[in-house]
Amino acid sequence: MSEIADLSALPQEEREARENFLFNTKGFLSWALTLDHKRIGLMYLVGVMSAFFIAGMLALLIRLELMTPTNTYLSNAQYNQVFTLHGAIMVFLFIIPSVPAALGNFLVPVMLGAKDVAFPRLNLSSFYLWVSGAVFFLAAMLYTGLDTGWTFYTPYSTTTQGPVVAATMGVFILGFSSIFTGLNFIVTINTMRPPGMEWFKMPLFLWATYATSIIQVLATPVLGITVLLLAAERILHIGIFDPAYNGDPVTYQHFFWFYSHPAVYIMILPGMGIISELMSVHSHKSIFGYRFVAYSSVAIALFGFLVWGHHMFTSGMANVTTIIFSALTFTVSIPSAIKVFNWLATMYKGTVQLNTPMCYALNFIFLFTIGGLTGLWLGALSTDRPLHDTYFVVAHFHYVMVGGTLVGFLGGVFHWWPKMTGKMFSETWGKISCLLVFLGFNLTFLPQFVLGSRGMPRRYAQYVAEFQELHQMSSYGAFLLGFGLFVALGVFIHSLMAGKKAPPNPWGGATLEWQCTSPPPYYNFLEPPTVNDPYNYKPLAYRDGDRGWEYVHPEAPEVPQSEPEPAQS
Amino acid sequence: MRSLTNLLGDINETFWFPPKASSFAEETDSFFMAIMWISVVFFVLIVAAMVYFVMKFRRRPGYRGDSSALHSNTLEITWTVIPTIIVIWIFARGVYGYMDMMTPPAGDTIDINVTAQKWDWQFQYPNGAISDELFIPNERNIRLRMRSIDVLHAFYVPSFRAKSDVVPGRVTTMWFRPIMEGDFDLFCAEYCGDKHSEMIKKQGVHVLDMESYETKLAELAKPPSHPVYHGYWLYKNRGCKACHSLDGKKIVGPSFQGSWGETVQLSTGESIAFDDQYVQESIYKPQAKFRSGYEKASQMPSFEGQLSLEEVMSLTAFMKEMKNEAFIKLVSDEDGLTPEEAKSYGISDEAVAAKDEGSESGGKGDPANEMPAEPNK
Repeated sequence: MSEIADLSALPQEEREARENFLFNTKGFLSWALTLDHKRIGLMYLVGVMSAFFIAGMLALLIRLELMTPTNTYLSNAQYNQVFTLHGAIMVFLFIIPSVPAALGNFLVPVMLGAKDVAFPRLNLSSFYLWVSGAVFFLAAMLYTGLDTGWTFYTPYSTTTQGPVVAATMGVFILGFSSIFTGLNFIVTINTMRPPGMEWFKMPLFLWATYATSIIQVLATPVLGITVLLLAAERILHIGIFDPAYNGDPVTYQHFFWFYSHPAVYIMILPGMGIISELMSVHSHKSIFGYRFVAYSSVAIALFGFLVWGHHMFTSGMANVTTIIFSALTFTVSIPSAIKVFNWLATMYKGTVQLNTPMCYALNFIFLFTIGGLTGLWLGALSTDRPLHDTYFVVAHFHYVMVGGTLVGFLGGVFHWWPKMTGKMFSETWGKISCLLVFLGFNLTFLPQFVLGSRGMPRRYAQYVAEFQELHQMSSYGAFLLGFGLFVALGVFIHSLMAGKKAPPNPWGGATLEWQCTSPPPYYNFLEPPTVNDPYNYKPLAYRDGDRGWEYVHPEAPEVPQSEPEPAQS
Repeated sequence: MRSLTNLLGDINETFWFPPKASSFAEETDSFFMAIMWISVVFFVLIVAAMVYFVMKFRRRPGYRGDSSALHSNTLEITWTVIPTIIVIWIFARGVYGYMDMMTPPAGDTIDINVTAQKWDWQFQYPNGAISDELFIPNERNIRLRMRSIDVLHAFYVPSFRAKSDVVPGRVTTMWFRPIMEGDFDLFCAEYCGDKHSEMIKKQGVHVLDMESYETKLAELAKPPSHPVYHGYWLYKNRGCKACHSLDGKKIVGPSFQGSWGETVQLSTGESIAFDDQYVQESIYKPQAKFRSGYEKASQMPSFEGQLSLEEVMSLTAFMKEMKNEAFIKLVSDEDGLTPEEAKSYGISDEAVAAKDEGSESGGKGDPANEMPAEPNK
């Protein structure tokens, strides 16, 4: 790593421009071989957004096909391949790495006042594992058309034509990427907190990231084992999951969901962490019940390991097992409810400003509440029986994964966009995109609850005609949702091209990332800043649009001042 | 008869639910609505608080919020304990309904064996009769013993609020008690491949009064005696039609039309005569030889032990007849081979004619009509 050059002779503005992490070194290799967590975070951001674009287009293709009850554009086989691709890309390439790898990479060290993550090279290798896993995965799936669904259920996956082994190897590689990121964050948060930042003075985003990382490190190996066993069964015909070789398909489901249910919390916990930050900053109010929110993240992470069986309520498990899993499933609902109540209470007596990120945060609470509440029907055994594997389930998990994680992720991207790029975005159009996403999303997935309770099964290329109207509503909603997301993309592109320069602290946040310039210098902080309460907004005062929020209070923690001392590192 | 039950169905449907056609429906639906009201209350409270706080505490001239931390353990404990109590109640009531669904009443049940395969269902009744649609008597406890011979499937009748996976290598059982006569939909609810969405029986679960049920079973137990008609009957009822067409189109496997006596190309490059020997081998050992272009036919299960030699010979006779233009014309039209057509073609017999009065006029079992109806809106 290069020495921090002595630029103190230059005027402040020019020095910031020279030191800003986006431009301090130039050229393709300076990005491709960078060890800077911020650049890796941005590369991840571009990567996961591309994956999201592909998978989102596939979703629109699905909705277009479902406008009519019979095959129109896609044959049955093509439809099956499209929904498999949609699910697999969304889960493995977008949602799992979205918040931790893209935003987490950028934010974790800056929020800790550190220069980088604990293992910068491991970090870069995790990105390349993600890229190679993604290429491998996409190539394998497109080559002959994988049609197993993203869950690879046996014995379908052990008997179908198609590159199941190659695709599962892609999953295996992606799993390592996920483990590396999680490991890195655990070590970083454990060892690199600055003086004064005790565990309970950490921003809640870091708590959520820490809880997520624990799941990533503990659960992902099981996915690796599962896909290896699957490959062994396909290639060597070892009897594990396929009854043709004396295996048992339900065993596969236990293996698979032992990872994939905790993975749901890998997806949603970081989104919850984002919302905790957003609600507090944009309400200009210390978070309500900090410890409860922090502990609930850990509780969700731990309980999340015990509930995988609820994916298998109709699989023919023993009654006692089924009942125990139902009971455990309800335990997860409590910490989630606690979070929602605390977020709401945070606004109480605060100063709520409806900036775009706040609109997305409120959107999250609305949609996630529906997602959480509809989980009650599915956790309860007698109502799950008819609803299992119907569109009710589809709508439920989209409310959590899209209404929750995606909306939270977008809120986070809007919130930290000025910090990442140094550019402000159009507030008006940002809010319009939020409104369109809100309307489009609800129009897409509310009708699916009714479809499900009326008996429409999942993964149907064709359906009985009486379901057509609800399906069409859902499709129109999906197109509106897609349009809203394109508006959001337009806001980002416009901001890059013509956005106003962002001040260091446009929203009035009190966590450490708002103390360095926007975008931060490549070294983040010359020396670890002293920290106090991450949600103490008293010393902050709003100046004007160009200067944003600044510390005025005498008790203000020290900002890394404009005199970088040479030869510090 | 059909339109009458449809009409009845319409009256019984609600916005949320299909007709309440089994004894589970009442409890499940009222529980569903109970959770609904609990959720609505919570949701309205949450959204109302959200909107109220945003309005009341919004940043505006003349208003100064207080940014200091608030905390209240009382509040935290309240909103932890109240939801906990509620979910315990939901859990308990869920278990109550579930145990009912999982515990068939002792004695007095009608056991039906169900075989699921790509992509059809077969039902075997206590008298040995086999059908591809389900016929059950009203107000009796029905127990299904389900097997799959290939991949995962799930037996799902929305109107019964009943669903269970059918797992290869295991026998899963489920029970229900229909409480309404009529025809209901059966769906496969676990993804099973290309024709997963066609593994349905639209209005194919027939709840009859006891007398009609018994008549139906007696009919089903008596297969047609003429080999060609018997072959056609097996084709319709034993799952062949899921993958083999009569009109020459490729579904998954080769069509039954026109192949007999030809020399066909195998995937290995060899040629083989399409004769009795080849057909029998393909039914009993489907993995042995694939026709070129039909490698996906590796999904075909073996029918060894399921179809007797006599039945295979009837199927062969039927395939042989599928060379004949006049016969093809009769079987591949909209309504399949009707008893009159069979009679005019000279392959019927008295038993069949009597039997088919009942079954064919019900409009069932016609391959062309198995698919979802055309959109009519």
